[in-house]
Amino acid sequence: MTPDALAPYLPLLAVLVLAGGLGAIVSVMSALLGPKRPSAVKSTIFEAGSEPSPGSARQRFAVKFYVVALLFIVFDIETVFLYPWAVNFKALGWFGYGEMAVFAVTLVIGLAYVWKKGALDWES
Amino acid sequence: MTALQTVQITRRVDPHLSIDRYDPEGELMLLHFGPQHPSTHGVFRMDLYLDGEKVVKVIPHVGYLHRAVEKLCETLAYVQITPIVDKNDYVAPMTNEQALNMAFEAALKLEVPRRARWMRTLFAELQRIASHLLWLGTFALDLGGALGGGSTVFIHCFRERELVLDLFEEVTGARFHYNTHTIGGNRHDLPAGWSAKVHAALDVIGPRLDEYEAMTLENRIFLDRTVGVGKLDAELALELGITGPILRACGVDHDLRRDAPFHAYDEVKVNVVTAQGGDCLARAQVRLGEMRESVRLVRQMVDGVPEGSINSGKPVKLPVQTKIPPGQVYVAIETPRGELGTYLVSDGTQFPYRLKIRPPSLHALSALPYIVPGGTVSDAVAILGSLDPIMGEVDR
Amino acid sequence: MSDGLLHGVVYSVLIVSVVLTATAMALWFERKFAARMQTRLGPTIVGPIGLLQPVADLLKLLQKEDIVPDNADAAIFNLVPPLAALAALGAAAVVPFSPSVVASDLDVGVLYVLAIGAVTVLPIFGAGWSSNNKLALLGGMRAVAQSISYEVPLLLSAMVPVILSGSLRLGTIVQMQADHHWFVVWPFFIGLPAFGIFMLAMLAEANRIPFDIPEAESELVAGVTTEYTGMKFALFYMAEYVHTIVASAVGAALFLGGWDGPFFPGLHWMVLKTLLLFTAVYWVRWSLLRFRSDQLMGLCWKWLVPMGVLLVGAAATWVVVFP
Repeated sequence: MTPDALAPYLPLLAVLVLAGGLGAIVSVMSALLGPKRPSAVKSTIFEAGSEPSPGSARQRFAVKFYVVALLFIVFDIETVFLYPWAVNFKALGWFGYGEMAVFAVTLVIGLAYVWKKGALDWES
Repeated sequence: MTALQTVQITRRVDPHLSIDRYDPEGELMLLHFGPQHPSTHGVFRMDLYLDGEKVVKVIPHVGYLHRAVEKLCETLAYVQITPIVDKNDYVAPMTNEQALNMAFEAALKLEVPRRARWMRTLFAELQRIASHLLWLGTFALDLGGALGGGSTVFIHCFRERELVLDLFEEVTGARFHYNTHTIGGNRHDLPAGWSAKVHAALDVIGPRLDEYEAMTLENRIFLDRTVGVGKLDAELALELGITGPILRACGVDHDLRRDAPFHAYDEVKVNVVTAQGGDCLARAQVRLGEMRESVRLVRQMVDGVPEGSINSGKPVKLPVQTKIPPGQVYVAIETPRGELGTYLVSDGTQFPYRLKIRPPSLHALSALPYIVPGGTVSDAVAILGSLDPIMGEVDR
Repeated sequence: MSDGLLHGVVYSVLIVSVVLTATAMALWFERKFAARMQTRLGPTIVGPIGLLQPVADLLKLLQKEDIVPDNADAAIFNLVPPLAALAALGAAAVVPFSPSVVASDLDVGVLYVLAIGAVTVLPIFGAGWSSNNKLALLGGMRAVAQSISYEVPLLLSAMVPVILSGSLRLGTIVQMQADHHWFVVWPFFIGLPAFGIFMLAMLAEANRIPFDIPEAESELVAGVTTEYTGMKFALFYMAEYVHTIVASAVGAALFLGGWDGPFFPGLHWMVLKTLLLFTAVYWVRWSLLRFRSDQLMGLCWKWLVPMGVLLVGAAATWVVVFP
């Protein structure tokens, strides 16, 4: 890429550096300015005032959350594929419309399938 | 009990489910929910066994607020006990005092003057309005959070509750722990012009109850969170000794105010509010309906308070002069939360030999292991809120 | 360095400081607004009508002890609060407040906003995971499930203005609306529902009631932020507000015609529209109860996603039939 093409991204970088830097500075400042009186009780985790319950807080977790992640990957990427089409849509006209209709219908069929399979029923 | 209708349930949860057998791999997450938790209504703790968000088993732990009230009462003279039990159900202190003093009166075979009985009825009904308003506020807080719509409902409910507390303050000088009931009647008489103030307060509260009903029972999110959540069947409720709005929400038409009238309830007609379904929504419907009924009762009674003395007890110079003859007595009244019983054993001295208080909230909490499993963590919070437990009276 | 670049860098500094100041004011505004809804007064002590309350809060939080719990993953635990601020502020860079007041009007602006908005889920989950706290873990899991689910309707609804204007550049989208109609006005039967879905999904991404189940303080105490103290907590809190402000600004640019409006300069209109959307978000927040997580997912996948697909199709048909 030519430097000119990257030029609009420089202010972006400035914003990100500023924001991240600011965040880093205030969290370091808070660590420096605050009192330091550690104690055993203070550093235990807060679990609603009782002793921390036995068992790790990083154990395996219900599979439903992973199903959502899978669904997300499928649908999100498909949707992102739609964006270039959306930008050039006027130029593509009816041809692009038809092509994308096929793609979108496939997507909807996929959604109907997971719906039917009960992947969207969280209650069960 | 006039009409017992059982709610259909498909299966009943086993509250003693063995986690070792259910989950030998140890994949369930054990979460200590409480005691210092925003929605455990004081200091209550539930140990939740979670499969993802779903609750598999719940073990309730009570006792964090145990103050040995019953034991303490054994060392106090009878007239000194009233202010102590005020702190049991701290949301409805009036009814605590009434239940206690009615037991003493029953043991002494003391007739309470008619005026005092009417006043007690009025206080009980006003207290019911205040207590249910606070329940509505905290229930919304459980459903909506302290940083959101929940706190808006909460503070608005407190605004109306203040009006009732103002009325009590007018009579007793205290807003919360009144110590206004005593053996044989009441301590403070109604001030002049009190009934006009009651009407003025109810003129404000009445229409706002309509608003709250519209805001809750017609609110889509409220319905989504409450319909079918925490389903309790009438059979189980009776088995566990659950009384009050929770039992009536299971379709059981039972109310001590009508079925075993005390105070002046035998002179008025009490329309008992019931609902079907036994879920959180039914409990909300019952309580909202009861507030309306209380408004109606107070309006009906406040102008007709009979004249006469407010206390039939002998004046005493020292607290220990009051002695109750040997024997035992059990008296129960209908508080906003259900049947509050007082069981008194006297050995003829100036102190009670044993004073047992039967709190409705404790029995309500005993339903948790049956109705929470199967729901999510959010449901557990909603169910606990809908049972309206007051830890002060649960732990005593 | 060319003039254009200098302009961009100056504006980026300006926009970060303005957004941060606006966040502080938003805190004050929300507290006052919520207080008036709840028959209270809100902050009155610090400064005139309590205006300096956010400053007082900041100074207080700076003096709090910095606690890292036992067994926490300290590296991630300390890294994620600045990351949250970065992700929230980053999106502000491409928002055109007026034809000239913009840090960088990227040619892929819409995509950039959505991408950086999706990054916000990382610090939240990182916080939940690293805290070694089950409440935080539950909050983090909920946050991930919610954010990534609502990402789909967000992308779909943001595609409607892209199709209608044929550009990913926010400036061009606004200019298109200024030349013709705001997208919520015409075609309203496509623009209005798309706007609704966009705002709902943005609320969900910013974890605002009725979609605040990751925090859900009546259930999970404080969710992912349970173990955070002092400024680290404040950074998460601030990120939420910044996210809401930026979401309001993007919503105003995509659907409400951005800087377009009569009589006043464009900047005024943009700020006004952002403020209105922001107020609407808080109005909703302080009026509604909270959804349950499964209901939240149901709403997303069973209502918003199909509706989003339908709207994209409708927008495409509209453009093809009436070019």
